[in-house]
Amino acid sequence: MCKNQVADDMFKELEVFIDNLPMKEGSLIGVLHKAQEIFGYLPKDVQVFVAKKLELPVSKVYGVITFYSFFQTEPRGENVINVCLGTACFVRGSGIVLEEFEKELGIKVGETTVDNKFTIDTLRCVGACGLAPVVTINNKVYGNVKKDDVKKILEEYRK
Amino acid sequence: MNKIHSFDQLKKLNQDYKKLLELRKLSHEDEVKFENKFTKREVLVCGGTGCKSSRSSEIVDNLRKAIEDAGLGEDISVEITGCFGFCEKGPIVKVLPDNIFYVKVTPEDAEEIVEKHLKNGQVIERLLYVEPSLNQKVKRQDEMGFYKKQMRVALRNCGLINPENIKECIGADGYLALGKVLTTMSPDQVINTMIASGLRGRGGGGFPTGRKWEFTKKSKADQKYIICNADEGDPGAFMDRSILEGDPNSVLEAMAIAGYAIGASKGYIYIRAEYPLAIERLTIAISEARDLGLLGDKILGTDFSFDVELKYGAGAFVCGEETALIHSIEGNRGEPTTKPPFPAVSGLWEKPTCVNNVETLANIPAIINRGAEWYSSIGTKTSKGTKVFALAGKINNVGLVEVPMGTTLREIIYDIGGGIKNGREFKSVQTGGPSGGCIPVQSLDTPIDYETLMAIGSMMGSGGMIVMDEDNCMVDIAKFYLDFTVDESCGKCTPCRVGNKRLLEMLTKITEGKGTEEDLEKLEELSHVIKDASLCGLGQTAPNPVLSTMKYFKNEYDAHVKEKRCPAGVCQALLSYVVTDKCIGCTKCARNCPVQCISGKVKAKHIIDQSKCIKCGTCMTSCPVSAIIKK
Repeated sequence: MCKNQVADDMFKELEVFIDNLPMKEGSLIGVLHKAQEIFGYLPKDVQVFVAKKLELPVSKVYGVITFYSFFQTEPRGENVINVCLGTACFVRGSGIVLEEFEKELGIKVGETTVDNKFTIDTLRCVGACGLAPVVTINNKVYGNVKKDDVKKILEEYRK
Repeated sequence: MNKIHSFDQLKKLNQDYKKLLELRKLSHEDEVKFENKFTKREVLVCGGTGCKSSRSSEIVDNLRKAIEDAGLGEDISVEITGCFGFCEKGPIVKVLPDNIFYVKVTPEDAEEIVEKHLKNGQVIERLLYVEPSLNQKVKRQDEMGFYKKQMRVALRNCGLINPENIKECIGADGYLALGKVLTTMSPDQVINTMIASGLRGRGGGGFPTGRKWEFTKKSKADQKYIICNADEGDPGAFMDRSILEGDPNSVLEAMAIAGYAIGASKGYIYIRAEYPLAIERLTIAISEARDLGLLGDKILGTDFSFDVELKYGAGAFVCGEETALIHSIEGNRGEPTTKPPFPAVSGLWEKPTCVNNVETLANIPAIINRGAEWYSSIGTKTSKGTKVFALAGKINNVGLVEVPMGTTLREIIYDIGGGIKNGREFKSVQTGGPSGGCIPVQSLDTPIDYETLMAIGSMMGSGGMIVMDEDNCMVDIAKFYLDFTVDESCGKCTPCRVGNKRLLEMLTKITEGKGTEEDLEKLEELSHVIKDASLCGLGQTAPNPVLSTMKYFKNEYDAHVKEKRCPAGVCQALLSYVVTDKCIGCTKCARNCPVQCISGKVKAKHIIDQSKCIKCGTCMTSCPVSAIIKK
């Protein structure tokens, strides 16, 4: 019951956002950004809801979601680790850092740990190339990350 | 703030607000002449993404607090600016009017800066930049090798003004070009000025901007659009982000000028969702410009109306291509379509649309203010003006540099970039991102412009410049770029979707030591097919990293294929770990080896059984005397 209430509130928030759009045409991507901000990811019922509200086929909504890497259809861990695989970070060894995170957490890129604590993902350049290799966890940026730093960084979030 | 109703009123405000920047625009002579005359002082702190990640906001807070505590609040102000470009040494703090440039400042240094420098006039030596070529500390920005050869046009206001305060922008001549255009020039005159300036698109294509405007103007329609392409997807290029964060108003001003020239009343900025700070600053700038009547209805009391809206990308590299970008703004999958029809004829919602890149736009107010002749006097025969490059990789001074077209790669990498990190040997510089190529040492003296880069198998692209040293394997780099394009290919056309995947598989095979000479031939042949047959720029240029590395670093491919060896020591499968004579026989490696392939007696040299070794590297990291090497 309590859970449903939360979900209802979330749908309500999204509905208000959509109803207040000056123009529905061309607003799908903006709506999906908002939906992901509210729900954390875009499960099927959210996709159906968006399609209905914008008067679009669900297939079109799904097609757009799967096209853009920013949109997620699976729930994410509490902490999202993003290892930058932009060229500047790559030539300074971010591939090795990524492997170390995978090894430490026992999951692969795109996966979430069983306890739902961590998700590992990659991104292409946050533009902080002076700090390469860069890792971001949630919104915090770690610069000049070396393989040996990985354990220490994870400790901060394991507490 | 009150709306500005005329160009004259804007000019007056420009004069008034110039005072805000007085200390920042002093020349060296002024400083000497007026020494001790300035009672006011300013501390500028870089608020770009790089420096912010290194806690520059805390530096600002700590400085303000320490200044307040010292009772200096009346005379000293702390301002946040856009990016200084010198990201490697960030966070940057600059003290004016002394013009002292501090690097790698931490929030903990704030108190000392206030106590020693601001109170007692002592320069803090340990925070100064050490010029690597001279091995000397340098106090002032204009004495630094990094800045000496630069010429800042597009970046003119970055690191100078507070991007969240439109008054400072107006004080730095912001919106004067728009005023001039609206009151004294016809749309055709504006277009002719752009054509005469020789400005070409800075996003990669290099198409003359004035011509693009001319085509869009000629299309007849009730509505036209200007789009600013801020979908900077090329990994390692961050100039557009830096301009939007450091000087968002110049981009808005240029969009309005473009709107006037082609007859559009609406503009969109298509920006990556990964750039939250740029989005925030743009949002502030748009709202301030609307408040002052520099965007909106009847701008500066003229009949021209223009407004700008932000549209967010969602992580798709292909959306940098203009037709794909337009589909994305319309809320669709960002897949490109064939041209013609060009967007100038049928673009956003089938209306004539002109798409310009951020850096291109940032040049425009300067061209209008200073004239086409001035702009075209800079650069080479075919490429006019300056270009911003994002220097990154194995280089000492990572950062943003703006140089006249025709500057050589050597000047950029060695004079401005300070040479290769850790004294290693230069191997290659990659320009143009995933669409570009790897340039070898013998081409370092090429004066760079659109055509010369094309001639050596690379391209200008958006201006990413990644330096690689002897520790980078060129086959691995080609594989890295292909991995990127395979990931980012939209899947619409077969050569790109399937072809690039096959290229990646072959490259993977080679880096795993399973490649054959036939693979090398196929690699080249297929690359040409993909280039010829792909639908859009992404596919047409995707094989460039493969072709250029095969052309200039064939020996590395041969080593991988024929000798099953990776000369740079990168490709794991081709490496072997070897115990050298430095071994003290501590047995630590043998105890840590997960497959028990190391044998040896206590206090005697150990041996690795290569047939069993899984190349995990555990032995190497566990060795206390670094006796184990990779080769």
